Amino acid sequence: MELAGVLFFPALACALSLSPLGGHGRAAPVTLAGTVIVFVLAVRIAIAAAHGTHVEAFGEWLTCDGLGALVLGLVALVAMTAALFSWSYIRIRAAHGDKRKEQNYYGLYNLFIMSLLAVPVLANVALMWVAVELTTLLSAFLVGFEDTPEALEAAWKYVVLTTVGAVLALLGFLILYWGSRIAGAAPFTWVGLVEAAPHMPPALLWPAFLLVLVGFGTKVGLVPMHTWLPDAHSQAPASICALLSGVETTTVLYVILRLLPVVGGAPTLDARPWFICFGLLSVCIATLLLVYVRDFKRMFAFSTVEHMGIILVAAGLGGAEAHLGAAYQITGHALAKSFCFFSAGSVAMTFGTQEIASVRGLVKFAPLSALALAGGAFAITGAPPFALFISEFLIFKAGIAGGQYLTIALLAFFVAVAFCAVLYHVNRMTFGAPHGHPTLAALPWSCKATLVVAAIPLLAIGIYVPVVLQNLLRAAAAAMGG
Amino acid sequence: MNNPSMAVIFALDALTGAVFLLTTLGVVANRQVLASLQLFIAQSLLLTCSAILLGIATNSLHLFAVAAITIATKTVLIPWVLRHTVSIEVYRTREIDRVLNIPSSLLIAAALVVLAYAVANPMLGAVHTPFAKINLPLGIAAMFLGIFTVVVRREAVPQLLGLLALENGVFFAGVAIVPDLPVIAELAAAVDVPVVALVVGMLTRRIHVRLGTTSVGRLIALRED
Repeated sequence: MELAGVLFFPALACALSLSPLGGHGRAAPVTLAGTVIVFVLAVRIAIAAAHGTHVEAFGEWLTCDGLGALVLGLVALVAMTAALFSWSYIRIRAAHGDKRKEQNYYGLYNLFIMSLLAVPVLANVALMWVAVELTTLLSAFLVGFEDTPEALEAAWKYVVLTTVGAVLALLGFLILYWGSRIAGAAPFTWVGLVEAAPHMPPALLWPAFLLVLVGFGTKVGLVPMHTWLPDAHSQAPASICALLSGVETTTVLYVILRLLPVVGGAPTLDARPWFICFGLLSVCIATLLLVYVRDFKRMFAFSTVEHMGIILVAAGLGGAEAHLGAAYQITGHALAKSFCFFSAGSVAMTFGTQEIASVRGLVKFAPLSALALAGGAFAITGAPPFALFISEFLIFKAGIAGGQYLTIALLAFFVAVAFCAVLYHVNRMTFGAPHGHPTLAALPWSCKATLVVAAIPLLAIGIYVPVVLQNLLRAAAAAMGG
Repeated sequence: MNNPSMAVIFALDALTGAVFLLTTLGVVANRQVLASLQLFIAQSLLLTCSAILLGIATNSLHLFAVAAITIATKTVLIPWVLRHTVSIEVYRTREIDRVLNIPSSLLIAAALVVLAYAVANPMLGAVHTPFAKINLPLGIAAMFLGIFTVVVRREAVPQLLGLLALENGVFFAGVAIVPDLPVIAELAAAVDVPVVALVVGMLTRRIHVRLGTTSVGRLIALRED
């Protein structure tokens, strides 16, 4: 029943946050408690899935395998740290002491979490589509929460463009259902689709795949459909950015990765070249934008586009090793990117600006934020000893073993350029000579606490991967097909 | 197509499809915000007609459910939501400047319709689903036209109506290709559409209050230098 609990507790926390019980600033601890319970349940599901169990509830309406459990666990973890970060960040920076506005934030926050958690556990593919669409609609007002003209512009682009994408994906899923009916009476679940795929007419399977790739690719932020992403991921409150960049993109990418074994089942079709093309294009354009970026939250947003591209390339390379690299990269990215946004939010709060050029000498004025920002930058660019170093190494190794020299050469080149670009910007912010005496705001306790708490798993999995997590990553890689 | 009543239904569905395409072109190509809303309601009614016709032809209760859901959400609930979230001033707006003028928009729209047939043809060649021959290409055409509307219109409400017209296009194709989608999925998708209207409508109101304009195409504070 853990699967039902994962959806029930956010709903309960939402109701409590919005009710009078959530007044007087109690919505924040209620939400944090809810996310802690969800995290414990998600860990239990992940452990079961790592042992090869196919977790089910409500007569197969809710299911979870290795790949689903990995995404579920990451969403639950980042939901917890982001709730802790929100506690004082939202009160001071966004709600300005308005208690009602704060309650609304937590109400929406819990619903948004619930929709994200629903994507990997809903068995019916049509219902899963609805959950993905709800992630957009429920987070729209969180993106525009600070109510500045820029935030509203970002929220508008976010909702309109990703909804257009989602409707394209819907046609793709309807065509998949059409094909599975022609192939026989398989249930409309991922397992059913993998079984039906070899009997589907390729003329249906292929356009369905492209529609979902382009439609949901919009929400993942694949180039050239990425234009809304840096706006939304830089204008939302930092806690929401951590969720959007760290796990929302991954949750939608998860759906695209699910299509890999479906298309792989058809003898005449091959999805992998498309994954590699879209992936490399995203990595290339995002890297160029990283060089010229002026806003440090935007910088981490472009880095998300880059990482989505890397994961897509890894999935497209094929083979168990590359897929293991992809699963590991998903994990490392979710942990590192949410940490980067927590530190970027702390810096923005201290200096009152998001401009790279206005922040200098961070190490002198705010040593904790400086340490977090520099550490986050090393983690996200794939420096050792962080997890992304190992996962990128695994991907390169698998690609070379598979003879994909050109793909790996291009990927390695862009990853190296992105590494230099991010560290150049962060170095200037951290160690650059300060201009005069900036007016600084103190960092509230919950932001400091989040920087410490979120650093623990980030450091831990780079150094030591527990056996349970290794098994979970292998199970996730197996779910992407051979 | 061997029995005569089937031939009549087929002809009626073709007629419905043709008028459906005309209303979609109207959403792309007129200047009045209010007229766009009325054309969207007409388009939704035609989607309902097609669902009923196909429901009779295939004896599918699901399609009658789709028809009922469409009437309730798209011709009643969505216009009501929009009237209550977006101020009346916005409806009186005449959109003077667009990204493209109307004749060029229509030329591109015509090309998109031809493209839709080219896209649908290989799918129709692979399987035998009679009504899909009408509904699939027209649904895809409405989908392309909806995306095109979102791109060329600068006002908030016409962009939203383009989005909803695009969704109608997908459902127009859907009623022919998947007449037996589980009802729970249909219900969930049907709940989703008014929520889109509600969220975008409330966002429009906030942009109007905060920025004094609903010309979202002119918001360009966020861009790469």
